[in-house]
Amino acid sequence: MDRVPVLKIGDILLVSIQIDLDDQTALQLQEDLSDRIVETGAHGVVIDISALEIVDSFIGRMLSTIAAVSRVLDAETVVVGMRPAVAITLVELGLSLNGVRTALNVDKALEILAEARHIHGVGLLAAREDDVD
Amino acid sequence: MTEPAAAAAPQRLDIADDKDVVRVRQAVRVAAVAAKLPLVDQTKLVTAASELARNTLVHGGGGYATVAAVHNGRRAGVRAEFVDSGPGIADLGLAFTDGYTTGSGLGLGLSGSRRLVDEFEIDTSPGAGTRVSVTKWAR
Amino acid sequence: MKANAEARQRLSELLRSHEDEVLQRWAQAASRTLRGRLTDAELTAQVRDVYGALLGMVDGDGELAGALGGESRAALTELSQRWARQGFTPTETANLVFTVKEVALGLPGAEPADLLALSPLVDAMGLFTFETYAKTRESIIADQTEQLLELSTPVVKLWDGVVAVPLVGTLDSARAQVVMEKLLQTLVDTGSGYAIVDITGVPAVDTQVAQHILKTVVAARLMGAECIISGIRPQIAQTVVALGIEFGDIVTKATLADALVHALRASGVEFAKRSRAV
Repeated sequence: MDRVPVLKIGDILLVSIQIDLDDQTALQLQEDLSDRIVETGAHGVVIDISALEIVDSFIGRMLSTIAAVSRVLDAETVVVGMRPAVAITLVELGLSLNGVRTALNVDKALEILAEARHIHGVGLLAAREDDVD
Repeated sequence: MTEPAAAAAPQRLDIADDKDVVRVRQAVRVAAVAAKLPLVDQTKLVTAASELARNTLVHGGGGYATVAAVHNGRRAGVRAEFVDSGPGIADLGLAFTDGYTTGSGLGLGLSGSRRLVDEFEIDTSPGAGTRVSVTKWAR
Repeated sequence: MKANAEARQRLSELLRSHEDEVLQRWAQAASRTLRGRLTDAELTAQVRDVYGALLGMVDGDGELAGALGGESRAALTELSQRWARQGFTPTETANLVFTVKEVALGLPGAEPADLLALSPLVDAMGLFTFETYAKTRESIIADQTEQLLELSTPVVKLWDGVVAVPLVGTLDSARAQVVMEKLLQTLVDTGSGYAIVDITGVPAVDTQVAQHILKTVVAARLMGAECIISGIRPQIAQTVVALGIEFGDIVTKATLADALVHALRASGVEFAKRSRAV
């Protein structure tokens, strides 16, 4: 079974889905991500789906679940890079991806995550320093 | 429904595990490209195929899919069939409700797949398995 | 009625032994009607191609369809497509093929049996060019329609991160699709977070049009961008309400200017007037 790699960059976990995702791999990714969030104390998750040619209901549910579980673990999730054809298909399919924040690219996602942390009163980098106590 | 002529023998793919669902997607994609479907239509067809193949696996207990290039005299297209000998669908009305937006996974959400294709046929009854056939034509 | 192998053999010999004469008289006969639109060299070359296609059939199995007719079909398709683009009529194209009948009849040693053998082959070829011509015209028209759609849906960048689509004219399903795809792709290409869809130039909005606009907005949102609809005239606003169309939380503005201000403010841009020197 393929495993989707999860990269840690500072306070953010970055997942770039480059393969044709089968259901088992998707479920494994959900698990791996929650493990890594707890392990690293990450406060942000960015999922890059720019290589995904389709998003069907299973993958849609996976994204919603990841967003929901991450939120419980105090991390915000942003999905980036959705292709126009995929977006158009999702609208037709009636899939709304509730609870999933999206951004056009990783830069914008980082902005969103930075703002989210700021609103929570804890800066991205400041958290590191605070933890020292 | 138009009576198309199959251009070549349909490809048959068994659906026994979730990797097979991916294989079906890929086969449908190849056929859609060959039929010169525009990108958005390719995406819609492959997405519908993914949904239906998964239904065959999860609700039908496994089965097979066939993918064929078709022609109706004016345009080329792709026809995909999904067949299982599972329990069949007792309540088609329920199967056609949009079960996705709740995210609960209930309902087969066939209406979503139907919106993605040009022709949609379903043959099912309790204890007699299910056969779904979808077709998408190049514009 | 398919010419049998023997008859075709005779025909092949007849044509080949008088090849130069055939080509010359064929070109002459054709030039009478095509007068001046092709140079002699061009016409001769075309005639040679058709001649080659004919021989291919005669020496093959006498059929244009099937594996053996492949080269002949290719030659005829090329002729048809070229002449379709150059503006010749389908009749002129087919006639180029049919001309060989009168030429063959006038050859020394030609017998009625030869013409009987030749006729079905030439007929098949002529019909094939006619059909190919029609298909080529259709695809040219389809291409032009697509180009026209492309041209009439410009997406302009108003500011860093803000693009606008001024819709002008009636919005049918086909156009709506093109607009939607173009807009969404531009959002990706420019990394713009905001798109303003201006409908000042849209005369009427019915349920269908509203659906298309709504779908575009939802798709853009799924991708991570926001759409603002501007240019809503009073009549359209009333129609929308009367039809019970819900725009939900989609921002709508009366003018493009208002929409731009909204988008800029939302992206964190602040406006300040420079103070004048006293």
